[in-house]
This record gives sequence, structure tokens and C-alpha cells, in this order.
Amino acid sequence: MFTTNHLDALFQALATRMAAERDALCALDGVIGDADHGIAMEQGMAAAHLAVAGLDDPTLQDQFNAAAKGFLNAVGASSGPLYATALMRAGKAAGPRRAMPVAETRMLIMAMAEGIVHRGKAEPGQKTMVDAWAPAAEAARAGAAFGEIAAVAEAGAEATAQMVATLGRAARLGERSLGHPDPGAVSAAMIVAEICKVFAAREDGA
Amino acid sequence: MAQTQIALTQKLINDGNAAVDEMLAGIMAAHGDLLARAAPRAIIARNGPRPGKVALVIGGGSGHEPAFLGYVGQGLADAAAVGNVFASPPPQPCVDAAMAVQGGAGVLFMYGNYAGDVMNFDMASELLEMEGVEARTVVTTDDIASGVDRDKRRGVAGNVFIFKAAGAAADLMLPLEEVERVARHANARTFTMGVALSACSLPQTRRLNFDLPAGEMEIGMGIHGEPGVRRGPLGTANAVADEMMDALLAEMQAPVGARVAVLVNGLGSTPLMELYILYARVAERLAAAGLVVHRALVGPYVTSMEMAGASITLMHLDDQLAGLLDHPCHCAMFRQG
Repeated sequence: MFTTNHLDALFQALATRMAAERDALCALDGVIGDADHGIAMEQGMAAAHLAVAGLDDPTLQDQFNAAAKGFLNAVGASSGPLYATALMRAGKAAGPRRAMPVAETRMLIMAMAEGIVHRGKAEPGQKTMVDAWAPAAEAARAGAAFGEIAAVAEAGAEATAQMVATLGRAARLGERSLGHPDPGAVSAAMIVAEICKVFAAREDGA
Repeated sequence: MAQTQIALTQKLINDGNAAVDEMLAGIMAAHGDLLARAAPRAIIARNGPRPGKVALVIGGGSGHEPAFLGYVGQGLADAAAVGNVFASPPPQPCVDAAMAVQGGAGVLFMYGNYAGDVMNFDMASELLEMEGVEARTVVTTDDIASGVDRDKRRGVAGNVFIFKAAGAAADLMLPLEEVERVARHANARTFTMGVALSACSLPQTRRLNFDLPAGEMEIGMGIHGEPGVRRGPLGTANAVADEMMDALLAEMQAPVGARVAVLVNGLGSTPLMELYILYARVAERLAAAGLVVHRALVGPYVTSMEMAGASITLMHLDDQLAGLLDHPCHCAMFRQG
């Protein structure tokens, strides 16, 4: 089973990972954007984890909703509404229960991807975080192993280097965005990797 | 160990993560006679908001001061939502600002056209609708270097004229539909182009956010360091002004004898001396094109931290826009009349 304790630990892992990657993500964003993506992701996940840690006897849905609100109000920016919507969709998919079967957690990845597409209106191929989230959701829908889901997200992020941005801040670059990966897709692949690591651990140890 | 090899930019700050809140503390201490706080990141005008008046709420990321909160005051904006450096505010401060100043005649949100701002302010509008407050939105799109399609362009220094026109219309007690129409009209007639001479850095990282080799300039760069349209050797003030004015005049398509408002804006560390040297050429070019300068602003109005460089904004006036720009306003960082 995947429980509220595991979800709490997942948000801690996400906060730690984003803090560690902050400067690398800022540097990527400096090439094609305004160099703040790492800061937003670090602050957002730190606030999400803080909000989750402060809950008293929550359900999985309570945790996702608190994380969404914490992330949104800490950062604003583009990543705030996108990840807040993703987390709220995951909360709806998890529902008001304190544990869920590990096999069902693939739904959470699908729900997060749907939330991001709904809020940002991006399609695959536009050099955004959707290029990491969409293949991850597709693999999750097909019941792929968690390692495989993380791998396709990472491949999707890497593929953005060969894309010309048509949405978001880098869209103003046109052809000049070629050759550089989208920082939002790179951080998305990191998030999918952390999620899959925790889910896979439950699968092995459940 | 490797970290110590990277030169950090020099800033007078205490804590990079607290920079925005510490700036706000200073602004409230200095200008508490004109400004109040509805929430930590929602700054409202003490004078101006009143029953029956459309509330103009502006906002965006920090790091562009005096934009946005410097333009809050009687005759201009009623409130500003304040984001982190170069990041849109989240929906809550936008809602807090709007609810604190709305006078029953609706709210007009205005901000520059950036993906993050659009998503956050749209979420704020949805929350206001749930409170029974009507909210409309006009995004500014004056940066002609940021795309061919007007709707996809960024909003930059032209904000000053566009917000000014809308704020005056609201102060004259025009209804929401009319204030919104004026704002769209003002935006459609405002054109900006910028040039960057050096990069800027965020207080949290103190690392330059793009590489611009010594001796080079980038024409068309955005106010967050978004890459521009052409990079090349730094030209003379006149050559740079000419390149930007050629593009601006071609876009504006104003007939001989038309009146314009002009803003030569400093991006942060370029001194007034250079801005006035630019302005001298801009004035010559406008005269040569048969255009009449109705109002000129020269100085740092919409900045990009410590970026060096400048932008030129032209607003093609008609009688209504000229009157709205002439309307008095009294803000902490901008006064007229």
C-alpha cells in the first residue's frame, strides 16, 4: 500500500531534489529564459512539503491539496499554477483515503499530467514540461514499470533540446531555442523520477 | 570548493531569499502616507479607491521597480500584487489586492503578457467571480521585438503610459466597459523596443542570467533578460537610437502631425546622462518624421534589476489618450500635476 506517510516522504524527497538542482535549473533557464526556474521549483517544493508536514491526520487528497496551495502561494510564476493544478488533480485521483494500492498510483502520474495540460494548454512538441509529463502519463496508462515511466520522462526532457519553443517565455526565441533543453521539462523529469522511485520502493517492499 | 571560483554579483542585500519582503518593508516605511498593505504582497493606495470607481489592479514580478507598485496611487492604479523576483504573483495577493480596493464597479487587472502572469491572474479572476466581483483583464503587449503577432508580444516599459491612461479613465469614474476599452486602445497604440548592454542577476543566485561579451549589445532583449532579435558590437547612442526608432516608426504608422508620448527608459544601471543622449536623437527623429511630442519621460520607469541598457516607447496619441496622460496622479514613485 501507498500511505500518507509515504506521500509525506515523497514531498520531502521532491523538496530535497529541487534544492539540490536549483542552480543547475537556473543555469539552463538562463540560456533560454529568465534564469529563475530553479528558484521557483526549490521554493515551491519546499513550501509544498512544509504544508504537508503541518497536516494533522490527513487523507492523501488533503496532502495533495495542501501541497498544491503551498506550492502556488510560494511561487506564482508559471510553475505555480501548473503544479498546483497537477497536485489537485492527483489529490482528486487519490481521493479521501489514507492509503491506496501501489498499482493504482500510476493514476496519480496520469492525473498530474492532465492537470498540467489543462492549465497550460500545451501540446507535446512545443518544448515545455508537457514533453516530459505526456510520455510519462502514456507509459503509466499502459501499465509500464516505474523505472520505465521515469526513463521515458527523461528521454522526453532530453528531446526538447531538438525542439523550437512555440509556447511560454522561450517561444519568443524561435529558432534560437534549438539545442537547449527546456528547463521545465528537465525539472519535470526529475519530479517523475522521484515519484517513481518512491512508488517502486513500495511495490518492492509492499 | 568549485563554488568559490564563481564571481557573484555585488548587491546591497541581507538575504537573497528575503529581498522582496525587505524591499516592501522599506517602501512601506518610506511611503506609508500613500500606500497601505492589504496583505503582505498586496499593496494598495490610501487615496484613490472609492465607491463606484472601477478598481485598477496591476502587478507582476519584482525586480522592475518602480514598476509595478510605484504606480499605485490616486489617478493611477488602486493596487498592485507583488510577485517574487521576475515571477508572477500567485492568485491570492491579486485577489487580496482587488477585494481591498474594489468599489462595486468591477475590477480591471492589467499586467504584461507573460505565460505565468496570465495563468495566475486568470485564477484570481475565477476566485473573484466566486466572490461576486466582476473582473476584466487587459494584458500589455508593447514590445515589438518579441514577436510578429501583437497578441503574443511581451509587455514592457509601455506599461507606464498604458496603465496611466487606464488609471485616469477609472479616476474619471468611467464604467468598467469603457475603462477596459481605453486600456485596450492605449495598448494597441503603444510600441517599445529595448537594448541591453549587460546582464542582470537575481538576488537569490547573484549570477548573471545571460552572457553578453564585453563590447556587445543585444537589441530587443526583454526585461527579464529574454534574448532579443540581434546581437552585435555596441554602437553609438545615435546608431542604436536610429535602429530602434526605424523599427518603432515603421510599426506605429502615425501620420505627419500626429502627437506622441515618448519614454526613454533606463533598464537599471544605465545613467540619466546616457538616457538623455538617447533622447536627444529620439527627439530629432520624431521631428524629422513630422511628429509632435506631447509628453516625454526620461528615466528608470520599468527596470530589470541592474541590467544596463535602455528602451524607447512611443504612444501614438489621440485627443482622449492625450487627455488621460495629462490627468493628475500622485503615486509614491510617479507624480503628475
